[in-house]
Amino acid sequence: MPPMWRMSWLVGGLLMPLNGAMSDIDASTPQAVDGDLPLSRLVQAVAESRDRSAFASLFAYFAPRIKAYLMRGGADAATAEEIVQEVMIAIWRRAETFDAAQATVSTWVFTIARNKRIDLLRRERRAEVDPDDPALVPAPEELADVRIAAGQDAGRLQAAMRGLPEEQHELLRMAYFDDKPHSAIAEASGLPLGTVKSRIRLALARLRKEMKVEH
Amino acid sequence: MGKTVSGSDMPCPSHHPDEGLVMDYATGAACEAGSLILASHMTLCPRCRSLAEACDVVGGSLLAEIEPEPVSKRCLLAVLAGIGDRRGAASDPARPRPPADIVLPAPLRNHLGTDLNGVAWRRVMPGIEEAHVPTCGGRFKGRLMRIAAGVAVPRHTHDGVEMTLVLAGGFSDEHGRYYRGDLSVSGPEIDHAPVVDADGECVCFVATDGPMKLTGPVARLFSRFIRF
Ligand SMILES: [Zn+2]
Repeated sequence: MPPMWRMSWLVGGLLMPLNGAMSDIDASTPQAVDGDLPLSRLVQAVAESRDRSAFASLFAYFAPRIKAYLMRGGADAATAEEIVQEVMIAIWRRAETFDAAQATVSTWVFTIARNKRIDLLRRERRAEVDPDDPALVPAPEELADVRIAAGQDAGRLQAAMRGLPEEQHELLRMAYFDDKPHSAIAEASGLPLGTVKSRIRLALARLRKEMKVEH
Repeated sequence: MGKTVSGSDMPCPSHHPDEGLVMDYATGAACEAGSLILASHMTLCPRCRSLAEACDVVGGSLLAEIEPEPVSKRCLLAVLAGIGDRRGAASDPARPRPPADIVLPAPLRNHLGTDLNGVAWRRVMPGIEEAHVPTCGGRFKGRLMRIAAGVAVPRHTHDGVEMTLVLAGGFSDEHGRYYRGDLSVSGPEIDHAPVVDADGECVCFVATDGPMKLTGPVARLFSRFIRF
């Protein structure tokens, strides 16, 4: 039985040569919800069999979001599309490294897009923790318990995000999209730094509660 | 040099950056030197590492809910041409594993291309040496400092923020005691005079975004020598 997404209008539409508008992809497309199996199955299909139609579906879902993310961060449309290309090519090449038990596809793609934004837009390097570093101090038991739950909790997290007070939600959007440290957000918005810090603290505490694995 | 235990028998540090700084790292807004000190702290601090992972999940959720921006067909075609039929890049060739007694966390080690033994120190005053850590642009400037056992750093304050990550040995100031992995963050309101523990030298990675201002009685004497 062919998987659901193969029949998706997205795939057919995308692989069609240059006719018809390639519209932005509707986020409400039922099979394009992170946290459900499909997105991670698409990545798996790319990893296992270099499945180009699965990849086209990933493009349809993520490229317009990555472009919007980059434009919020200050890129013009043309630059944003160039970086979108880099991110999508990285998704294709690194599909094998995606681990559905460790992260949702959206989280994985976010980290790739964020790093490309730093690399290509700001021309800086971002230092990363190396999980194989002999200097790494491993998580003690009690922290291992609050490991972030993978895919299946993404929906819960998104619901919690919608449940945040609007000022916290908006602050998160500014922090993640506008490429400004929280101190600069405080300056730009005229809020006291302490208020910004406490909103961040409250928002993260609330969201982390939703990420904890229940025992 | 003091004990520089690395790996599994290290306790969790007790001084951490606040949530805002960890989030700046996750959002990508932290500058190069800022990301260096935060990633180095997180290597030694499972608590902040886990917070940063949670922040990445938040980023994924925000990306999922962002209002999408239509993408041109040209972009898709360029990507399809770019991927060809090539398989993904083969996994990195196995790198030689660094020895277990390394001092610098991988972010700093990779940035400098050496562990502590390859650092070129410059003496700034008796008992205090530093090594510039070059970074690209950004708000913070980074440097390594090596301070001899028992040495008191002249009382000072900052125009901006000073982040100090202990990599070996320990020091104390009015606000607490700091050991390997601890990150001390002081703003312009904090005036302090750190003293290195008597039992060994202390190595720190320091990131500052404003000049240091000496405030103690020896200020005039030392400001001729010290160049922060
Ligand atoms: Zn920490």
